[in-house]
Amino acid sequence: MKLVIEAGLSADHYWRDMWRYRELMYFLAWRDLAVRYKQTAIGVTWALIRPAVTMLVFVAFRRLVDVPPGDVPEPLLVFAAVLPWQFFSSALAESSASLIGNAGLISKVYFPRLLIPTAAVVTAFADFLVTLGLLALLMLWYGIAPGWAALTLPFFAALAACLALGLGFLLAALNVKYRDFRYIVPFLIQVGLFVSPIAFTTERMPERWQTAYMLNPLVGIIDGFRWSILGGRFQLEPQAVWSSVAVATSSLLLGVWYFRRVERGFADVI
Amino acid sequence: MGSPIVKVEGLGKRYRLRHAGESLPYVALRDVLATKAAAPLRWLRGGPTRVTREDFWALRDVDFEIAPGEVVGIIGRNGAGKSTLLKILSRITEPTEGRVTLYGRVASLLEVGTGFHPELTGRENIFLNGAILGMSRAEITRKFDEIVAFAAVERFLDTPVKYYSSGMYVRLAFAVAAHLEPEILIVDEVLAVGDAEFQKKCLGKMHDVSRGGRTVLFVSHNMAAVKSLTSRGILLTEGRVAFDGPAAEAVDRYMGSATDRVAGNPYLGRGRHTAIISSRLLDAAGAAVHRYNPGTPLRIAIVLETDGFPGLSLEALLRDPAHVKLGLASIHQFHGLTLPERAGRYRVVLELAEMWLAAGSYSLDLTTSVVNSSWDHYVEHALEFEVASANVGGQPWDFQHNLGYGSLALPCVRPPQFLIEPND
Repeated sequence: MKLVIEAGLSADHYWRDMWRYRELMYFLAWRDLAVRYKQTAIGVTWALIRPAVTMLVFVAFRRLVDVPPGDVPEPLLVFAAVLPWQFFSSALAESSASLIGNAGLISKVYFPRLLIPTAAVVTAFADFLVTLGLLALLMLWYGIAPGWAALTLPFFAALAACLALGLGFLLAALNVKYRDFRYIVPFLIQVGLFVSPIAFTTERMPERWQTAYMLNPLVGIIDGFRWSILGGRFQLEPQAVWSSVAVATSSLLLGVWYFRRVERGFADVI
Repeated sequence: MGSPIVKVEGLGKRYRLRHAGESLPYVALRDVLATKAAAPLRWLRGGPTRVTREDFWALRDVDFEIAPGEVVGIIGRNGAGKSTLLKILSRITEPTEGRVTLYGRVASLLEVGTGFHPELTGRENIFLNGAILGMSRAEITRKFDEIVAFAAVERFLDTPVKYYSSGMYVRLAFAVAAHLEPEILIVDEVLAVGDAEFQKKCLGKMHDVSRGGRTVLFVSHNMAAVKSLTSRGILLTEGRVAFDGPAAEAVDRYMGSATDRVAGNPYLGRGRHTAIISSRLLDAAGAAVHRYNPGTPLRIAIVLETDGFPGLSLEALLRDPAHVKLGLASIHQFHGLTLPERAGRYRVVLELAEMWLAAGSYSLDLTTSVVNSSWDHYVEHALEFEVASANVGGQPWDFQHNLGYGSLALPCVRPPQFLIEPND
């Protein structure tokens, strides 16, 4: 085996190394889960409490502002949106903070750095799987069986993961250089919660705002989840899905490009 | 020499030192925006449009080759470029120029226990740390029992490592690393931790590694370890190879280079308010030396800069050959003094009271601090010195550090006298 180290040459082995070090990614994700569940008293229950409480608050909010109930039980309608939102927002928050949190590793060992934010998204995905169990219980309770549309759920989950990875790479790399992003990311997530169709549904968005609204990639993802879980009871705008696919793909490309460009300097500045 | 396993050609690494504003490597967005926004304005006024930057070559024109199975010690002063070299060889940072070719699997151990998590158990940390060092899960499983036996922590395998003693922690961490099977092993100063017995075990393990045909690159401030472990030494001075040859000769040159060093000091970085510029050890006549005679005052001459901030102190931490902190000197805590409150460059000599140090190599960390609050500019290994022999009380016995009795002789103020005690 021969390895050449030269300025600007790291690209050669990068993707092969990503594959070689894939076990490290699982270990990092597993570490974050294990540590979280050891440090907290109620462990895995946290993955359930957060989305459950968020759902209850939004259901109460919808009652308060007198949203007319449709033919879908309110808790289910809201939970179908909270599910991808929770996954996306925690994946984004954790991945963008992940490089700083692992500064010790970065300055002492070599491995493709992309693994660190990726592992953070994997951790969030594990929580997402647990939350899916809660959804199944809710559907059972309301006697709603999933239709064939449920088969598209992995697609929409992948779309959310893609978007979180892309933005996560970008923000994590920016965070190393500009520590301001530590404050920017929570703010972005907070804004995202209100401009995405979680407390409301897309059909309630006024016509003249539709175009701008569709640019939010979360619209396609959240509506996709609602459609795939609730089947024919819910309308899905194809335009929203295309917009999501386009934004998620371009943010992934942009994220990887920027991350790779600045990655070689991480150890010098972190 | 046949075909080399490591080939380094014209290697160089440049760091940019920023002069305007912060010394922190990361920047605030505010500053970037402000600088960018102000640039056209400055251009109109005919001033420089960029923040002034100074290039600093941590490593320059480094060439060497290493044959398979060679054990090479890399020595040099603080700031000579040793760590930078290891970081490039371990692919943690990129070179600015030149090229390294490695013909084999590399494992580097720049720190003991990288990635250990205090909440996880010994068992879990073995797997995590192994994966971080590049082992596959199958490989770790295969060597698991051997690692546990080497570290001697069987009984505590399922205890979170935060409850481990520091000795156990280090043993476990080194055990994982010692069971890597790379063709090229890069080690930085890891033997400086742990107790004497474990150090011996580690040295033994590294001997096995090199006898097994593996190539080892080894950085240490422990000259005795370098001499006993390596066959060849590369001495770095200010980022360049000053000597490359037999280990014993490299060590001698290193020990004898006290005067060369004062001429051109490496850049040591700076703190928020202060910067330690240079330091050296003086003998009674005021000449720079590298040896210390036990039982005499230890004189440390320091040149530093301060911005005049009030309430700054200067400290020195003495470390024994095992890198264990042995003592503290402080101008504030022991003498009620602070640094001058007028900005400028100063020179000060700390003359420490006589110590009876055992024979071995010692080092001093120098640091400035904001009194009772935080370190300001901490320079690890700012100085190193050797105690050649310690014949305490003029006796023939040479008190060596590696005998395992610690590093401080405790002679009595006057020879003890035995008086007859009547037993009634």
